[in-house]
Amino acid sequence: MKKTLTALALAMAAATPALAELVVPNLSYRTGPYAPGGIPYADGFNDYFTLLNERDGGIGGEKVANPECETAYNTEKGVECYEATKGSGALVYNPLSTGITYQLIPKVTADGIPLYTPGYGRTSAANGKVFSNVFNYPANYWDAASVAVKYLLDENGGDLSGKKIALVYHNSAYGKEPIRTLQELSKKHGYELVEVPVDHPGQEQKSQWLQIRRDKPDYVLMWGWGVMNAVAIQEAANIKFPMENFIGVWWSGSENDVLPAGDGANGYKSLAMHGTGMDYPVYADLKQYVYDAGKASGAGDQVGSVLYSRGMYAALVISEAIRKAQELAGTSAVNAAQVRDGFEALEITEERMAELGLPHFGQPFAASCSDHGGPGAALIQQWDASAKKWSLITGFIAPDDEVLTPLVMEDSAAFAAENNIAERCN
Amino acid sequence: MFYREAGDFKTSYVDDSQTFPIKFDRWRYYAVLAVAFGVVPFLINDYWANAVFVPFLIYAIAAIGLNILVGYCGQVSLGTGGFMAVGAYACYKLMTAFPEVSILIHVLLAGGITAGVGVLFGLPSLRIKGFYLAVATLAAQFFLVWLFNKVPWFYNYSASGQISAPERTILGHAVTGAATTAQAKYLFCLVLVVGLAWLARNLTRGTVGRKWMAIRDMDIAAEIIGVNPLTTKLSAFAISSFYIGVAGALFFSVYLGAVEVGEAFGIQKSFLILFMVIIGGLGSIFGSFAGAAFLVLLPVLLKNILVGQLDWPTDLAAHIELMIVGALIVIFLIAEPHGLAQLWRLAKEKLRLWPFPH
Repeated sequence: MKKTLTALALAMAAATPALAELVVPNLSYRTGPYAPGGIPYADGFNDYFTLLNERDGGIGGEKVANPECETAYNTEKGVECYEATKGSGALVYNPLSTGITYQLIPKVTADGIPLYTPGYGRTSAANGKVFSNVFNYPANYWDAASVAVKYLLDENGGDLSGKKIALVYHNSAYGKEPIRTLQELSKKHGYELVEVPVDHPGQEQKSQWLQIRRDKPDYVLMWGWGVMNAVAIQEAANIKFPMENFIGVWWSGSENDVLPAGDGANGYKSLAMHGTGMDYPVYADLKQYVYDAGKASGAGDQVGSVLYSRGMYAALVISEAIRKAQELAGTSAVNAAQVRDGFEALEITEERMAELGLPHFGQPFAASCSDHGGPGAALIQQWDASAKKWSLITGFIAPDDEVLTPLVMEDSAAFAAENNIAERCN
Repeated sequence: MFYREAGDFKTSYVDDSQTFPIKFDRWRYYAVLAVAFGVVPFLINDYWANAVFVPFLIYAIAAIGLNILVGYCGQVSLGTGGFMAVGAYACYKLMTAFPEVSILIHVLLAGGITAGVGVLFGLPSLRIKGFYLAVATLAAQFFLVWLFNKVPWFYNYSASGQISAPERTILGHAVTGAATTAQAKYLFCLVLVVGLAWLARNLTRGTVGRKWMAIRDMDIAAEIIGVNPLTTKLSAFAISSFYIGVAGALFFSVYLGAVEVGEAFGIQKSFLILFMVIIGGLGSIFGSFAGAAFLVLLPVLLKNILVGQLDWPTDLAAHIELMIVGALIVIFLIAEPHGLAQLWRLAKEKLRLWPFPH
């Protein structure tokens, strides 16, 4: 039985069609409990590359192919997808999963392929001296934790001492990432941190919210993903927790998370690392070349949502890095190593964003050999349940690098010591 | 014609009681081993190792382990995922605490530690059986996962609670870490699988295995004829957990390289391995391999056909894949409730008579 299967699969592997020259695999998840987050992100990611192919004929004259591989947010399937696509000349990976990112960091480093993890993944990868192939600009989890605390400081006239902050988090590598930062910040600002873990997939949170009702924290922060977000917001509404004191990370701030709670979600806040909505010139082109041409990815019903915008933003940064790589290498058919150099030399200015049709969408940043993390600033957005719309209530808030930089150095140094990595860029 | 006992004379008791009494069977077994050791390593690449062979071999070890407990000794367990986690975390702690010791020893020691934990959670089996025991082992599953999430010592206080395997070598070849070649991964797992399967097969043929089967068939009768239920049940738990612990250690260190306990060793893993044992066939070493192959290879195959060949959207393919695998499980179990091993047994019976069935 195994032999016939093997023979069958061998025959299929041999018959895989030849791909276009720039291959950017999309390790997406459109099934399982995390699909509400995975679908809009994958659609935005694909649509942006479709736009480049249809409008500009690809990047630098080379068409881009996005072979999609379903991971279901599962690390075993993620590894299979990575191995299945890397042979096709993959230039960069963007798995949208912190668990899969942890798997892939050593693998991509050994294979010389860059890994781009905007706003997720291993935070200390911001230190390019240790993590040569991983890029997580413009912002990461520890930036997010710091920005949230800074915002709360502003709300409280610069003093959080004696306040109680609860962190509701997905009990996984993703959810645990901010804990260390929040602990350090609690030492600095004197608030009390209560940790409330929620196990995968997070459909059942009665006991967690009972604990919150009993502990009466002043603020609740949330590191959630997938169905966990919607359930938490519903539960918070059920116990009548004041929504304006409930702040989610940028992965807990999409329409799919707040809509199920209806009016109860009104006033809920979340971080954001880019703008949202359809008031950007790029959408005119997308409409003309992609949506109206019937080439939209998926069902096409996610356009303009928060996570669609984020997928598009990730695709934009990747395409700019490939453009930079082409410029540096002097050839349009770049390989993975050249794209890595492109990521490291990438600079995105406000003028460039405006040129690309997304003015005031994201923060400008410039990477360097040692800095793979970007400035890390974030916005705060608030949900208006009657208008069914997110509105930005602050400008970009910069994180507290005084606390974060030593933490990043400490964690990356531990990784370097465990894996015998010599520091680069010296 | 050639598949029969007739004409194959045995002149000693050792010959007579060998595992494969039929000459053709014996040669087939040697041929499989020769291909596995002599041909596959030269053809294997990263994709085949990481997506097909290594997971198949590791799940086969886990399935043999569970089969010893459920299939041979009749004690139902739903704690497999938790025991695999014990193996993985034991291996991680040993690897990082004693980096100079060979990884092979760490993997076996991790199995030993899991055996100890298995015995501990096997104690209730002396008082309860059947569904009640299943629920007691379910408690082990949830307790162990909770423990590895809760106590930072187990993951060396890393910020994210993930454990990741540093590079370790055998005879100068990396077998864990990112620099591992497909061949090294495959051969390391293969050697352990062959060794453990050989051990399991011989255990089940001897006194120990016969005691397990006596307890499985009727525990009171077994006790009357002199089988000690205490040592028998606990030895089944210990040996089964040893296998599962080795599988967990390999799953973490060789296959994935980094795991987080809730995601990799959750309740769904316990069920997956139980399904392998049931589909493969209870009380059969071959069945453990067949079940692991069925549940590891079929989804990969379907995905390659539906997405790679037919170009279906990935979400549709993923949903259809679940439905096809589910339907096949139901159909298989209706057609042959004793699993793939029974189909294999029937095929062999038929072969003995072929080509003159009457």
